[in-house]
Parts: sequence; C-alpha cells; structure tokens
Amino acid sequence: MSKYMMHILVCGGTGCLSSQSGEIVEGLKKAIEDIGMQNQVQVVKTGCFGFCEKGPIVKILPDNTFYVQVKPEDVEEIVSEHIVKGRKVERLLYENPESKTPISDSKHMNFYKKQMRVALRNCGFINPENIEEYIARDGYGALAKVLTLSQMEVIEEVKKSGLRGRGGGGFPTGLKWEFAYKNVADQKYVVCNADEGDPGAFMDRSILEGDPHSIVEAMAICGYAIGATKGLVYIRAEYPLAVKRLECAIAAAREYGLLGEHILGTAFSFDIEIRFGAGAFVCGEETALIHSMEGKRGEPTTKPPFPAASGYWAKPTNVNNVETFANIPVIFLKGAEWFSKIGTEKSKGTKVFALAGKINNVGLIEVPMGTTLREVIYDIGGGIKGGKQFKAVQTGGPSGGCLTEKDLDTPIDFDNLLAKGSMMGSGGMIVMDEDDCMPAVAKFYLEFTAEESCGKCTPCRVGTKRLLEILEKIVSGRGTPKDLDTLKELSEVIKDTALCGLGQTASNPVLSTLKVFEEEYIAHVRDHKCPAKQCSALLQYRITEKCVGCTACSRVCPVGAISGTVKKQHTIDISKCIKCGACESKCRFNAIVKE
Amino acid sequence: MPKMMSLEELQALREKVKASIDLREKGDQAEKMVIVRVAMATCGIAAGAREIMSYFLDEAQHRNLTNIMVTQSGCMGYCYAEPTVEVTKPGEEPIVYGYVTKERAQEIIEKYILGGELVEGIIPVSHQSLDE
Ligand SMILES: Cc1cc2nc3c(=O)[nH]c(=O)nc-3n(C[C@H](O)[C@H](O)[C@H](O)COP(=O)(O)O)c2cc1C
Ligand code: SF4
Repeated sequence: MSKYMMHILVCGGTGCLSSQSGEIVEGLKKAIEDIGMQNQVQVVKTGCFGFCEKGPIVKILPDNTFYVQVKPEDVEEIVSEHIVKGRKVERLLYENPESKTPISDSKHMNFYKKQMRVALRNCGFINPENIEEYIARDGYGALAKVLTLSQMEVIEEVKKSGLRGRGGGGFPTGLKWEFAYKNVADQKYVVCNADEGDPGAFMDRSILEGDPHSIVEAMAICGYAIGATKGLVYIRAEYPLAVKRLECAIAAAREYGLLGEHILGTAFSFDIEIRFGAGAFVCGEETALIHSMEGKRGEPTTKPPFPAASGYWAKPTNVNNVETFANIPVIFLKGAEWFSKIGTEKSKGTKVFALAGKINNVGLIEVPMGTTLREVIYDIGGGIKGGKQFKAVQTGGPSGGCLTEKDLDTPIDFDNLLAKGSMMGSGGMIVMDEDDCMPAVAKFYLEFTAEESCGKCTPCRVGTKRLLEILEKIVSGRGTPKDLDTLKELSEVIKDTALCGLGQTASNPVLSTLKVFEEEYIAHVRDHKCPAKQCSALLQYRITEKCVGCTACSRVCPVGAISGTVKKQHTIDISKCIKCGACESKCRFNAIVKE
Repeated sequence: MPKMMSLEELQALREKVKASIDLREKGDQAEKMVIVRVAMATCGIAAGAREIMSYFLDEAQHRNLTNIMVTQSGCMGYCYAEPTVEVTKPGEEPIVYGYVTKERAQEIIEKYILGGELVEGIIPVSHQSLDE
C-alpha cells in the first residue's frame, strides 16, 4: 500500500492545461523523483478547481495550500521549499483581494466559503482517469444500491429528491424517468445531453473532464430504472479532453464489470456509446439531438411526441443533461431526503454556474439553490472588475434575460428567475458593468441565435434576422423611436410562433433589455447617443481645454481631421473623423474625449 | 483487473482503495481532525523529523486511527529541541512537543491523542500564529 505523506493536486481542466499545467505535472513528478520522494509524495492531475481566473492551480494536501498562477519554472521552488523544507512559497499563495495578505489555507478563501459541491464533488479532488479513486469516493456504490431496489423504487427516490433538469427547462427528473419507464417497448435508450452550446458556458464540460465516472454511473442507474440497456452520450467534438476522459471512463467501467453484460453479477446489462455533435446550438434541443444521432439533419420536430414516448429510432428515450446526471449518484448515496433539504421549496439541490464577464473571479462555482445573486457576484465572484459599477447580469444565455441591481437579493431558483423576467438556463452567468451598452448586448445574442437558427421554421429563420437588422440599425445611430415598437411586436410574434425552444426564447434578451433599460434604447433612437459610450457610430471625439497644443494628435490622424496651431487647443472636424481612436490613444494629456 | 461479479466485490475493492485518497479526505475535513504537524526544516530533518513523520503515519495506519492527519510545517523556531511536533486536537489549542523520539511519539499517541493526558516534553508556546 502507498504511504504517501502528501498529495499534490494539479488542475488538468481545459483552461489550466492550456496554460501549461501539463508541464507542471511532469515537472513536479520529475523533481520529486530527483529527490527520491516519489513514494511519499503523489502528484495527481485532477479536473477543474473552478478558480479559472487564477489558473493554473496547484493544491497541496493535507495542509490545503492553494497555489495560483503557477508556472513550470515555479516547480523547483515548490518542491525544494514546500515539499522538502515545509515552507510555503508565499509569492504563489492566493492573496486576499481586500487585505492583500496571502491566504495559506484554501478553506479561508471567500471563493470557496459559500460554495457547496454536489455535482462537482469530485472535480479537483480525484484523478478523473483513475476509476479506483472514484470508487474510493464511494463511486458506483449508488449503482450497487440501486441494483437491489425495484425500478419503481428507484424512480420514487429520484422524485422524492425533487431534482429538476439542469439543461435549462427544469423539468422534474423523476417524473421524466417514470414516463420512459411506463412506455413499454423492446428497446429503450438513455441519452446524456452534453452538447452545451451557450456562449460562455462550460459546466458540463468541466464535469465530464473532472468526474466522468459520475455520468457513467448515473446513466446506468437511469437505464436500470427505465428498463434500457443502451446509453448514448451526445457530445460536441470541440470538447476533445472531455471526450478522451469519458472514453477512458467507459473503458475502465467495462473492465471492472460496471458496464456491459450482467453488471456486478446481476441480470442487468447496460453499455454506453459516444456520439459526436458538430457544435450546432440547436442540436442541444432534445428532438434535434435525437435526429442528429440518427444521422438525419439536426432539426427539431414538434412535441409531442416527447422522447420518453418516441425518441431515438422511435423508441422510448430518456434525455437528461450532464449536470442532472451528476446529481444522481449522490441522491442514492446520501438519500433523497438529504438532497431535498438543500435549496428552496421548488428547486432542490445546488446549481453550477459558469461565471464570466466583468467579474473578478471568473470560474466555475456551485451553490445551493436559493443563494442570492449578490452572494454569487460579490462574495464568491469577488465583485466587479476594476471597481466599476455593476449594471446587469445575464442568466440563461441567449434564451435568458438580464437582472439588475434591484434583483441582487433575489434567491436564485428556477421560479424566481422566471418571475424576474430571466431564466435559469443551463448556468451561464455573464456579468456586465457600466461600460456595457444594453442594445449592443441584445445584438450580440441575436447575432448568435440568428446564426444558429436551423431555418426550419419561418418565424425564427426570418424573424431573428429582422430583429438583428433593427438592432444593428439602432446601435449604428440610424434607429427611430418606431423601431422600438417593431422590436417588441416582432419579438412577441416570434415567441408565440416558433417551432422549438431556440426560436421561442431568441427574443428574450431583446424584450428583457428593452424592459429594464428602455431609457438606454430611447437615448439611442431619439437623441442618437450611447450612454455607455460603446457604440462608436454614436460617439464623437472632441478635444477639450486640457489640450496643450503638442500636435501629436494631428500628426497621427490618418484622415487629417485635426487642425490647430502649435501650443493652441486643437479641434476635430467631425465630418472628416472616422472615429478610429488613434488620437485618443496618442494624447498624453487626456485631452481627447469620446461623447 | 478481472470483472467484479458481485456487490461484495465492489465493497471489498472500495475498502482496499479508500486509503489512496484518505489524505485528501482528511485535508478536506481538517477542522475535525487531530493534526500532527512535524517541523520539517533543515534542523528538524537533520534531527530525524522525517523518520518521526513516517512513524506517526505508520502508527495511525496500524492502529486504524482515521481521525489523525499527519502533515509538515516549516521551522517552528525551537531548533534546540528538534524534532518538534505540534499536535492540535479539534477545537483545542495546539501543543508543541520537543525532542520527539519514536518512544515519545508512541506516548503522544497513546496518552495525549487517545487518552487526553499531557505527556512530558511540552514546549511552552512563545508565539501566537497569525493564521486567520
Ligand atoms: C435551442 C436549445 C438548446 C439546448 N441545448 C441544450 C444543451 O446544450 N444541453 C442540455 O442539456 N440541454 C439543452 N437543451 C434542453 C434539452 O432540449 C432538454 O430539455 C434537456 O437536455 C433535458 O435534460 P434535463 O431534463 O436533464 O434538463 C436545449 C434546448 C433548446 C431549445
Ligand atoms: S425555432 Fe428556429 S431553430 Fe427551432 S426549428 Fe424553428 S428555425 Fe429551427
């Protein structure tokens, strides 16, 4: 048996790997061998720690030392100081942003204090490529337990837990399983939806990278409950690391007798295959996903029939999201009752969010349902970058809406977010500050949905394009007040008539920003001004009295729009100015303003 | 690895591999652990701190003491009394023992950690740690 005194965990998530965490692992292993301590110190490459802002992360246990932004050249010092002499390398410790003192124990970091890790329980804790570490964490214990229960008992337990789908819709998972169970057929399927197409979202990817076995185990549990022997994971091909870890997990599970014929000697057989998606957002919609797996065009069809009745090859199919599945083993290990005590009345458990945008701690977090936006943004997220003013947070990605200052104390759950005009979505959370222009934000999302619309139905194909054109008109200063009415009307029509969720929700970012930031839209269309000073077409450069007449600006202007005599205030000829901003960056006296 | 053919086999494998991540589990619940911190600076190592640390690890394992977490620290400043070991029971003040030999280590485990009685060799703590 190993007698390790110390474990060094290195983040092997996509973010950290691309900043050389692979080299760090190799370097550590070599340095530890060089001093002959390979039997005392174990180096483990894990999944994502969530603190992507400051990656690569190296964590040393058992003392919980948390090193951030580690570079391959730091390895030697970590080994010679910390490992050999027991002295922490202060300069690599995470610094408390307020007091500027280094924090040596990760338990004292605000980022982790308010988090509760259920779906991410093993991410950053185990080596995802080692099935035995998963088993040591009670892995496959839930499956073993389930195999002693009846199918309906399993479904009842999931129902009792109150778990709702994390893929966006929030549909009760137990109920969905029951539908698939009750539909009799010679063959049924379990599908894991790992398409994850929201811009800025990487929750599912991180779970698959950090804890692939939890998905394998959960799919087998689902298969047992509904009576399916085949599982399929639909994953986008742009997630090579997640694919590799999942393949590795499936192979190991087969080898250990946890997938395949007669699992653990019982009558239950189940196996999993991986299917690759080409990265179209609409293929995350379950009917489109199923068509894509059948080799057809990835286009949605109307529901009903729901997949639970007629899915993959017209057989009963249960589709769940990655994070939904990740919760399943815990529900059986700790009990539905334990799970249902976490969260709010109608939203149980935790939710994983990918924090992005103008926030200090960009990263992956998991909090109990009912945590407020303020706690997420300020306590965990560390507040707004550069001390700027918070303006809004977009939840639900391109299907969601924005929430503002007045919503900050709302407990986050499915129903509260809907009531506030946004939605939970899959867990992307993009924070915006005073410099973000809301019509431009709406335009960003519409560019995405117009591009991703599959074109099957007219309201979405043509409608999103028209919405986008109007938004482009507004941000380029050609908008009129009437455009705002058209935006609203068209949005409502698309919402009511589009075939699938993509079209039905595509106008949400427009409606939501229009409702909350109407003033800002009006400023664009009536006064032709952009209050956030972002829409370059609506801005004009002006030279103020701070100008000392150094002539630097007039020399750098590519179109000769600036005139003036030496040592006198210069002026810009607005009719010639192309708004390139060259003068502004050249001026050493901050005399040029954009208004 | 041959296929597991029963729930019992899975159970048995879990028992076997549990120790492999034991250290991480303990770190995760450090506040509930008896923490044995061995000073491992040059002075400590020269005086045999590494052997003492292994001894604590071995003993904890042999006696199946799952609530003991053995870790290391830098020089604690009692170089005259190396090897030094600081023992912190959950919710109690740390106690530092000096001149720790294997015999004294055994005494620390049996009398102090398990029995709750103080043993000889305590160094009066001359500082307060600045941890939060
Ligand atoms: C346009 C569109 C994209 C979607 N993308 C995803 C996705 O990437 N991942 C996902 O799990 N669900 C996605 N969904 C939701 C799925 O249709 C489906 O509801 C979900 O996979 C069900 O799993 P759950 O009950 O576990 O949430 C999308 C829906 C729509 C309309
Ligand atoms: S709403 Fe859009 S994405 Fe959905 S079917 Fe219609 S065109 Fe395709």
